[in-house]
Amino acid sequence: MDMSKDLVAASATPLVLAILAEGDSYGYAIIKRVAELSGGHLQWTDGMLYPVLHRLERQGYVVAKWSASENGRRRKYYRITREGRAQLAAQREQWKAVDGTLRGIWMQACTV
Amino acid sequence: MTTTFADQPLEEQIAQWRAYLRRRRAVHSPDVEELEGHLRDQLTALTASGLAADEAFLVAVKRMGNLDALSREFARAHSERLWKQLVVAPDVDAPASTSRTELLVVLSLAVAAGLAVKLPTLFGHHLNPDEDVNAFYIRNASLFAFPLLAIYFMWKRGLSAVSGLWLGLPFAAAAVFANVFPFHNRERLDNFPQGSDTQLLTVLHLPIALWLMAVGVAYVGGRWFASGRRMDFVRFSGELFIYYVLIALGGGVVTGFTVMLFSAIDTKAGWFIGGWLIPCGAAGAVIVGSWLVEAKQSVIENMAPVLTRLFTPLFTILLLGFLATMAWTGSPINVEREMLIGFDLLLAVVVGLVLYAASARDPQARPDFFDGLQLLLVVSALVVDVVALAAIAARISEFGFTPNRVAALGENLILLINLLWTAWLYASFLRRRGSFADLEKWQIGYLPVYAMWAALVVVVFPPLFGYR
Repeated sequence: MDMSKDLVAASATPLVLAILAEGDSYGYAIIKRVAELSGGHLQWTDGMLYPVLHRLERQGYVVAKWSASENGRRRKYYRITREGRAQLAAQREQWKAVDGTLRGIWMQACTV
Repeated sequence: MTTTFADQPLEEQIAQWRAYLRRRRAVHSPDVEELEGHLRDQLTALTASGLAADEAFLVAVKRMGNLDALSREFARAHSERLWKQLVVAPDVDAPASTSRTELLVVLSLAVAAGLAVKLPTLFGHHLNPDEDVNAFYIRNASLFAFPLLAIYFMWKRGLSAVSGLWLGLPFAAAAVFANVFPFHNRERLDNFPQGSDTQLLTVLHLPIALWLMAVGVAYVGGRWFASGRRMDFVRFSGELFIYYVLIALGGGVVTGFTVMLFSAIDTKAGWFIGGWLIPCGAAGAVIVGSWLVEAKQSVIENMAPVLTRLFTPLFTILLLGFLATMAWTGSPINVEREMLIGFDLLLAVVVGLVLYAASARDPQARPDFFDGLQLLLVVSALVVDVVALAAIAARISEFGFTPNRVAALGENLILLINLLWTAWLYASFLRRRGSFADLEKWQIGYLPVYAMWAALVVVVFPPLFGYR
């Protein structure tokens, strides 16, 4: 399924925040988790995740820390902050509203 | 999992990819490291699932996405990175300690330059804003900051103490020639008709000679005649000029506020402004400006060639308009006494435009419209100058040969020869008979002529004209 670019971009923030809410993670693992959760429907260009993470870091929703990884290289780990969780909750409400509205109208279309 | 891949070609491909990403201005080296880590994780997973190394690389790079789009996204997330690169992050690859040492050296030298200005006070040469300008200071102006600038470049280029001693020679000679001559009324500069013309010539020519012969040599690392780095020095000089003007504008604002604030509490700050702030600041700014030019040369586009592009058409229109008007109205050039100096300056500006256009041009590029415009500029400047010279020559016997006029005439001749040959080289370049490199070589090779002439004026003119 080809998803529109705008939709991918709009869903990136809540998705990344939600994955980080599960626990600290790093870029490659986040990408893998997205693919896993969406069953491969949501294909991100890998590189594009990083500007999103950096933007979230800048907005204070996540903090980043370099630490050693199991393969010996330094790796940048991201952790969600309190503001990040609040933002996630807010976005969740918004997505719920969108989802509920669309669901309503599509259910009607089915029953008519 | 391993840190590096045993597969040598794969490591090379990764290195290439990394180098390619490094060139992006918006992507800093920690980001490159983060992205490379991702690429390696991806490669590990792909090869583990059975892909050959080169296939895995293709897939991983494809998934990473278009690097242009990626660096655009980075630029959007960090828009300041496209701007704030100068002092904050001069070179991301250089260790922080080097740039900190350099900053320390630069600041010490700048302070030393400021103090050097006050040194003569110990020997009775005061800078008093309430009196006339002290001619001692103006004769020696270039000797306050330039030696320290030379030291900065010696440090930066790692020159030995021996070459340092050699570099000291021109400065020592300059100090001698600026001060031993018994100029008429040597302590005053501004009271025509008693003020000495030859002293004024020394004031104007000594900085040019020292800049080219001493600072230039230090800049290129002590190899003035052997090296091909002269053009870099030309570029440096142009950029420094622009930075200096900018710093001076800022200095003017500081001065204005100093006056305003202290006069608000009825305290006279004139002695501080005229005796310390302006002279010491002017000397220190030479060092700081040079450091800024050195630090940013790889970061920000050079300004001098940009200004050249802007002003070459304007000057061409000006000169053509002047010639057309003169031809139309038939009014001859009204020869004033000091007219020659004005035409010298005009030629100097045209030579500067040619030089800075050449400094930014790719010598291999084919002739384009701008080259034609340059030729037109040079030819029209030549015509204007020849017309002016004819008018002046007709009356030069009437004026007599004063030191000023001989110096101005000599300079006119030097610039005229330069521009004549430049026009010839440009014309053959435009007709594809020669290369642009010839023109660059000519301009660069001509630089010592200016230095020699300036030195000649300083050394020979005062005794020749009896210190008038």
